[in-house]
Amino acid sequence: MKFSIIRIYILTAFILTGTVASAGIFREKNINLKAEDTLSFVSPFAADNERCFKCHGQAKYEYANETLGKQVKALMCSERIVQRTLFYDSNHKNFSCTDCHSEEYTKFPHSGELRMEQKLTCLDCHGGDERFAQYHFEGIDSAYRESIHFKLEDDGFSCWKCHNPHTYKISVRNNDNLKETIAYDNDICLNCHSDFNRFQLLTDRSEINIIQKHDWLPNQAAHFANVRCIECHTQINNKIPVSHLIKPKTEAVKLCNECHSQNSILMASLYKFESKAQRKDGFFNGIILNSSYVIGANRNEYLNLLSLMIFIGVIGVIAVHIFFRIRKNNKI
Amino acid sequence: MQYTDKEHAAFVVGFAKAVRIHNLAALLLTINYLIYVSGNFLTGNGKHYRVRRENFLSDLMKQLKFYAFGMFKGEKHPFPVTEESKFNPLQKLSYILAMYVALPLLIISGIGLLLPEITLNKFFGVSGLIYTDVLHITMGFFLSIFMVIHIYTCTLGARPTSLFWGMISGYHRDEH
Repeated sequence: MKFSIIRIYILTAFILTGTVASAGIFREKNINLKAEDTLSFVSPFAADNERCFKCHGQAKYEYANETLGKQVKALMCSERIVQRTLFYDSNHKNFSCTDCHSEEYTKFPHSGELRMEQKLTCLDCHGGDERFAQYHFEGIDSAYRESIHFKLEDDGFSCWKCHNPHTYKISVRNNDNLKETIAYDNDICLNCHSDFNRFQLLTDRSEINIIQKHDWLPNQAAHFANVRCIECHTQINNKIPVSHLIKPKTEAVKLCNECHSQNSILMASLYKFESKAQRKDGFFNGIILNSSYVIGANRNEYLNLLSLMIFIGVIGVIAVHIFFRIRKNNKI
Repeated sequence: MQYTDKEHAAFVVGFAKAVRIHNLAALLLTINYLIYVSGNFLTGNGKHYRVRRENFLSDLMKQLKFYAFGMFKGEKHPFPVTEESKFNPLQKLSYILAMYVALPLLIISGIGLLLPEITLNKFFGVSGLIYTDVLHITMGFFLSIFMVIHIYTCTLGARPTSLFWGMISGYHRDEH
């Protein structure tokens, strides 16, 4: 009997704690971002775009300075660099640079006035177009206009602060890529909210500390890796694919039960993509189990029922026992 | 924690507070358990948990029959408490299952949930946290049931309170 108990301990300890290495393998697998056609894709405007990428495609550029009569090497401002590989993997990969930027940019040196050109917004191209109806750009725009971010428009906030038009790639969530989607989406937020250089453009605050601000969150690292910032910081909206109404920080979800309960809001946000196809295996919100596990949201209804029956049974047996004890004492 | 979504009900605290209380209680329980195991190994108390194979089942049945019928007929306790043997066969079995099977599994699975990064990520395509959590709540539930029965059986002494006094004083008061 002693040996059996030891065996059970070893097996349980192995399952629960001795698998850090294998867990690492799973995580490594998950990190591989899909880049289906990056290598095979050839833009019809590749040659035209190369005129821009020649200087803007990397940190260093070189040009012939006619005044000095020599070749000059210089460093490109980081904000003006567009990496070819990321651009040709993005949603806008089919475009020529001058589809969105002035044709005048093809001349070098660029005219100073070009810096003042009005930038396009998402709706300039995607608004009112049936081909993009499934993305509900108008709904996204309405939600954005109610968002805390919209209040910063006069200070320079725009769609591009989150969705870099040169690199943005829409991520369709499924069971295989959920972790990558979470990391990708959170990276969009952290791009400003963990980088003070960018953050200070839109605020007077003297510092930012995401980790400290979320100190109250139990298992902070697990939360950051398994849910998106927008799960707690946006207003759920079933009419658009991803909620764009960023709430003020005072209205962010702080009640654990909002996610860790049978009525988990994650079913309307992170797991919305397949929540209609419920898994039928006795678990509440079973569909979450396909890719993750949320304590409290994944209670098993059979176990709940069984435990209730056992508990009632035990109380019943005790009640009967008490009854006979009282009867015996009365006889005495 | 099971009922924290009914936050507005009486005696129910919020999830966040319940997590903190649960974590603190878990720490105290683990420390207590280590003291308990050390105590049993370092002192002679461990001998009371040793089960002998001969007559084990028949002794168990004797004890069960006593609780179910004998005690109502005024029969004598089949395994009276002595200095050499303070547990009856039913006590031995339930204490071994509770203290050496359920509680360690509860503690190990609890550590797995407290530190999810060390828990198996996936096992046969399903999150390792499911197995860990189901094991944790199942063991927690059985220990709760054990506690209810244990407290009730503690009232089966000479007087309903005499066994509780025995826990404090260390002396067993004979029924006769």
